[in-house]
Amino acid sequence: MLSAMLGEAWHAMGCNRMRTALTMLGMVIGVGSVVLMLAIGQGAQYAVAQTISTMGSNLYILISGSTSTSGVRTGSGFGPTLNVADAEAISELDDITHVAPVHQGTQQLVYGAKNWSTTVVGTTPSYLDARAWTLTSGYAFGESDVRSASRVALIGKTAAENLFDREDPIGKTIRIRQTPFVIIGTLAAKGQNLDGRDQDDTVIIPLTTAQRKVFGVPFAGSVRTIILQASSAEAMPAVEKSVTALLRQRHRLREDMDNDFYIRNLAAAADSAAETTRVMSLLLGAIASVSLLVGGIGIMNIMLVSVTERTREIGIRMAIGARQKDILTQFLLEAIMISIAGCLIGLLLGIGGALLINAITDMVIVISGGAVIVAFAVAAGVGVFFGFYPARKAAALDPIEALRYQ
Amino acid sequence: MSEAVIRVAGLGKSYLTAAGLFPALKGVDLTIQRGEFVAIMGPSGSGKSTFMNLLGCLDTPSTGDYFLVERNVAHMPGDELAILRNRTIGFVFQGFNLLPRMTLEDNVALPLVYSGIGREARRGKGRQMLARVGLDGYAQSLPARISGGQQQRVAIARALINSPRLILADEPTGNLDSHTSEEIMALFEQLNAEGITIVLVTHEADIAAHARRQVRFLDGFIVSDTATPVSERQPC
Ligand SMILES: Nc1ncnc2c1ncn2[C@@H]1O[C@H](COP(=O)(O)OP(=O)(O)OP(=O)(O)O)[C@@H](O)[C@H]1O
Ligand SMILES: [Mg+2]
Repeated sequence: MLSAMLGEAWHAMGCNRMRTALTMLGMVIGVGSVVLMLAIGQGAQYAVAQTISTMGSNLYILISGSTSTSGVRTGSGFGPTLNVADAEAISELDDITHVAPVHQGTQQLVYGAKNWSTTVVGTTPSYLDARAWTLTSGYAFGESDVRSASRVALIGKTAAENLFDREDPIGKTIRIRQTPFVIIGTLAAKGQNLDGRDQDDTVIIPLTTAQRKVFGVPFAGSVRTIILQASSAEAMPAVEKSVTALLRQRHRLREDMDNDFYIRNLAAAADSAAETTRVMSLLLGAIASVSLLVGGIGIMNIMLVSVTERTREIGIRMAIGARQKDILTQFLLEAIMISIAGCLIGLLLGIGGALLINAITDMVIVISGGAVIVAFAVAAGVGVFFGFYPARKAAALDPIEALRYQ
Repeated sequence: MSEAVIRVAGLGKSYLTAAGLFPALKGVDLTIQRGEFVAIMGPSGSGKSTFMNLLGCLDTPSTGDYFLVERNVAHMPGDELAILRNRTIGFVFQGFNLLPRMTLEDNVALPLVYSGIGREARRGKGRQMLARVGLDGYAQSLPARISGGQQQRVAIARALINSPRLILADEPTGNLDSHTSEEIMALFEQLNAEGITIVLVTHEADIAAHARRQVRFLDGFIVSDTATPVSERQPC
């Protein structure tokens, strides 16, 4: 019985191809956009999650501010308010796993005839640990290199590619501000950071070497930033308090004075970025769902027209023995078939669109099986929901009235 | 042996119109035995189609009782009436009422869809019925491609497909010329000879003469009920 009904529904769909196609188009666009939008949204979420995982976990970044006395800010020239000794003091506190003073800036790298402008990071070995940054070859510099201001460098993937092409950078000598540096290690790729900057376009050198040979700091030992890692997410609030208290004490700030540094929670920034993309993907999905709804209404509309148009046919079927539920099933099946066929085409187009965007842009697109199943279930549901009213209308027709209908 | 296929008692039907309740059938008593061939006649508006629709279980009476093969169907629920229309009764319309987008074999076999018969069996039975009404070889044609007489044959084949006891026909020759009408009537006579009870409505005396009993309607009542002796029947 059901197979006969399916055949009939298929036949009816074929009888009015143009109309069936246009009705399906509503579903195609609806499902296609839901799938595409979910893919884009999930892609964005995935990209942010990836980026966050490259940042390192439970990080704080201390940024030196300006010294201010009773509201009067001293301008530049006094130099950064943080220094290496602050970093060492912080590392003595509880619940802190890594502390690294950082002095970074943009410099020109020169290798033979090639040159490349990149971010030079002067820091201590803890920096790599705090950021969970591994090496793909060579080895990292140690505390002794920092103490002796060795001219060694670790190079990021992007900088290496631009300076060395396919050559192995290890053991090569590059120049930064006329100072030769031997490359002793290559850094694993991390990709973009949350602001969209390429984290691999970098060179990492000992802090002391950076300050003496590259940046030429007026106050030796002072740094603009210190990054520190708490032992766990739970420990972060306590760490923030103790670090702030320690620095205020070390900087001899009175009760009424503002901090002369900023402490920024990178995990919080990451959380808000993740939340933003989550909301964005929800919004995209919601907007796309509206088109699915419109597609469903399109199906209902056409099915209503079809019931009116085929009133006589319904009368004939009833006269030869169709029960109400047979007529109901017939029209419901037709609506479901249209919506499922539209859904399948929409799925293909949506996935195709996602793959196309993947291929021609560097946007990350993630198609999850869950999203596909949800779209499919929703489409079938839409078919049943919007097909039910017209089908019931057809089934409730009076055989005599229906037969008389011209 | 005589078995009443149809027995109606005080059967009445009123239609709700803008002017109020309009009685189209005003209490009809009639019994039709198995194997009879009855012609229903009467002027336009006398209630013939109203009566046939009640006999065909397409409509339900306002008053009275209708026993179809000894079962009172006057107050049966719609789905049970649908089963009777599917199995017990074959209805033939004036306007043929074939589905225009279906092949003839599918049209003929359509009632079997609602009897739960599989596709292959339906096709086979459909072709068999087409052959029975003299249309073998037309299985794949569409209704619009054949003549009115042929369409009515297809409609009769469809009415026959579930081997009903009763064939009801409301002016089956109303849309046909006299020659084609005779062919259709010959088919009905043949079916009647095979034992099927036939009730048909007609305006024409020579069509009615094919039947063995003539029932005349006027104004919602039966006004005469006469049997034609076999000797008086027109030769075909
Ligand atoms: N659905 C309806 N609503 C209102 N009145 C109706 C309806 N159907 C039939 N009638 C009225 O009932 C009366 C009998 O109609 P019916 O169709 O039974 O006549 P008939 O004998 O078949 O006539 P004809 O020979 O023209 O087919 C007519 O007066 C008709 O107008
Ligand atoms: Mg009539």
